Amino acid sequence: MESGAGIELRGLVKSFRTGERTVRAVRGIDVAVAPGETVALLGPNGAGKSTTIDMLLGLQKPDGGTVSVFGSEPNAAIDAGRVGAMLQTGSLIRDLTARELVAMMASLYPSPLDVDEVLDLTGIAEFAGRRTEKLSGGESQRVRFAVALVSNPELLVLDEPTVAMDVEGRHAFWVTMREFASRGKTVLFATHYLEEADAYADRAVLMARGRVVADGPTNEIKAMVGARTIRATVPGADLDALGSLPGVTRAERRGESVVLGCTDSDAAIRALLALHPGARDIEISGAGLEQAFLELTGGEDEDDEAEVAA
Amino acid sequence: MIRTAYLRFELLRTFRNRRYVLLTFGFPLVLYFLIAAPNRHVQDLGKSGLSAPLYYMTGLAGFGTMSAMLSAGGRIATERSTGWNRQLRLTPLTVREYFRAKILTAYLTAFTSLLLLYLAGTVLGVRLPLHAWLTMTGLILVGLIPFGALAILFGHLLTPDSVGPAMGGAIAILAFLGGTWFPITGGGAMAHIARVLPSYWLVRASHVALGGGGWGTTGWLTVAAWTLALSVLAGRAYRRDTART
Repeated sequence: MESGAGIELRGLVKSFRTGERTVRAVRGIDVAVAPGETVALLGPNGAGKSTTIDMLLGLQKPDGGTVSVFGSEPNAAIDAGRVGAMLQTGSLIRDLTARELVAMMASLYPSPLDVDEVLDLTGIAEFAGRRTEKLSGGESQRVRFAVALVSNPELLVLDEPTVAMDVEGRHAFWVTMREFASRGKTVLFATHYLEEADAYADRAVLMARGRVVADGPTNEIKAMVGARTIRATVPGADLDALGSLPGVTRAERRGESVVLGCTDSDAAIRALLALHPGARDIEISGAGLEQAFLELTGGEDEDDEAEVAA
Repeated sequence: MIRTAYLRFELLRTFRNRRYVLLTFGFPLVLYFLIAAPNRHVQDLGKSGLSAPLYYMTGLAGFGTMSAMLSAGGRIATERSTGWNRQLRLTPLTVREYFRAKILTAYLTAFTSLLLLYLAGTVLGVRLPLHAWLTMTGLILVGLIPFGALAILFGHLLTPDSVGPAMGGAIAILAFLGGTWFPITGGGAMAHIARVLPSYWLVRASHVALGGGGWGTTGWLTVAAWTLALSVLAGRAYRRDTART
C-alpha cells in the first residue's frame, strides 16, 4: 500500500436495468484526486455523482474501469479504516442516543477522534443525549456527518451532505469540513450547488449525464457555467449584430423578445442599451446549472440511448 | 478487543427497546401460565411421561427462544432497508463480526427468556436435579443454532413488511409441529414430520428429566443437517443480496 497515491478512477462505466430500459448512469469517467486535495463533484441530479461515489467506496461494482484508493482496492482502504463517508440515503439506527451512536461507530476504527471533540465540532453536543429516532432531519444529518468524521479518515467522502440542512446548519457544516480538510485530509464531496463547489473546494469536476464535462480549479469552472442570460424586447433587432456584442456568446429570438447568452452580462447590457436605447422588459438571470451543463454537453446523448437498446 | 464495544451497544439497543423486551419475554410467560397452571397436577401429559408444568416449560422455552433468535432476522431486514448496512460496509467491521454480534445478541435474549421460563416452571412445582437442568439448557442452546442461520436467511431474503408475517407463520408452524402445545407421540404422519424439524428437538430437550440421554443420534443429526443447510442458504442469500447493489 503506497500512502502517496490519492484516488484514481479510470474509465468507470456503470449501467442499471430498470424494466425494459437500460440506464447508463456512468459512461466512462476518469478522475484523479491528489492526497490533501478538496474536490467537488458538481452536477445536476441524475449526472451520475452518487453512482460514481458508490463505486469509489466499493458499494457497487463497476461494469468497466478501475478504482484505486490510496493505491489499493476500495475495500482494502475501508478495512484499514482510512475512509469515512456520509452517504446521501440511509437513516440512523434507533434505540441509541446520538452520543452512543457516534461512540459505537468510533469503536470500529483503529484510531478514531475523541467522541466529545467530534460532538462539539459537529454541533451535536446540545442534543447528544437524545435518542436518534427523536432527531429532526437536520440533526440526523449532523449525526451522520459526525459518524463520518469520528473515524478520523484520510479520505472523507460526502454525497450531497447539506441537502436536509437549514442555512445556518449548512454554514456550520462547511466550516467544520474546512477545518478537517486543513489537517491534510483528502475530501471529495458531491453537490449540485455551484456556490458550494466554488466556496469550499480547490477543484471541481463537472459531471453531466454520466460523463465528466470539465475538470479544473473552481474559479474556471464557475466562469464556464456561471453564465447569465439577458432577455429583452428589442424592436428592430438584428440577431447577428446582437450576437457579436461584447460579452455575448449567442443570440436567439423567442417570440416577441430576444435572448442573449452572456459570459459577461455587465458588458453586454451596456452594449445592448447603447445600440438599442428602446429595449424594454429587460431581465438578467443566472442560467441554472442544469442548463449550463446541457449547453456544455450538447444534445449528443440521444444516440447513446439507441446504442444501448441495440 | 475493540469489537466488544460494538457488541455492548448492540445489546444496549436491544434491551432498551421496551416494547421488544415486553413482547419477547412476556408472551411465552403468559402462555405458560395460561396453559400449564390449570394442568399443574397432570403427571403424565399425553403419555410423554413428563408432568404438565415440565413439559410446557420446555415447550414454551422452545417457542420463546425460537422467537428470540428469529427476531435477529427482523433487525437485519430493517437495517438493510434503511441503508444502515451500507453505512456499516464502509467501516472496518467485517460481515462475520456483524453476524456474530447479531447472533450473540439473539442468544442472550433467548437465554434470558429461557431463565424466565425456568423460574416460572419452579413456581408451578418443577423440580429437577442440577445435571438435568444443565443438560436441558445445553441441548436447547445447541438446538437454537439452526435458528440463528434461519434468522440471517430471513434477514436477507425479506423486507421489513414481509418479515413479520413470515416469522409469525414460521414460528407458529414450527412450534405447533415441534410439540410446543401438546406432546407429539406415536408413529403417525405428524410425528414423522415433527421429527425432522429442528423445533421438535428443542422441546424434546425436556426428556432428559426422564433420565434418558437427551437427543440420541437422530436428534443430533437432524440439528446438524438443519444447521448446515440453513447456513449454506443464508450465505447464498447474503451474497446475492450484496452483489445486486
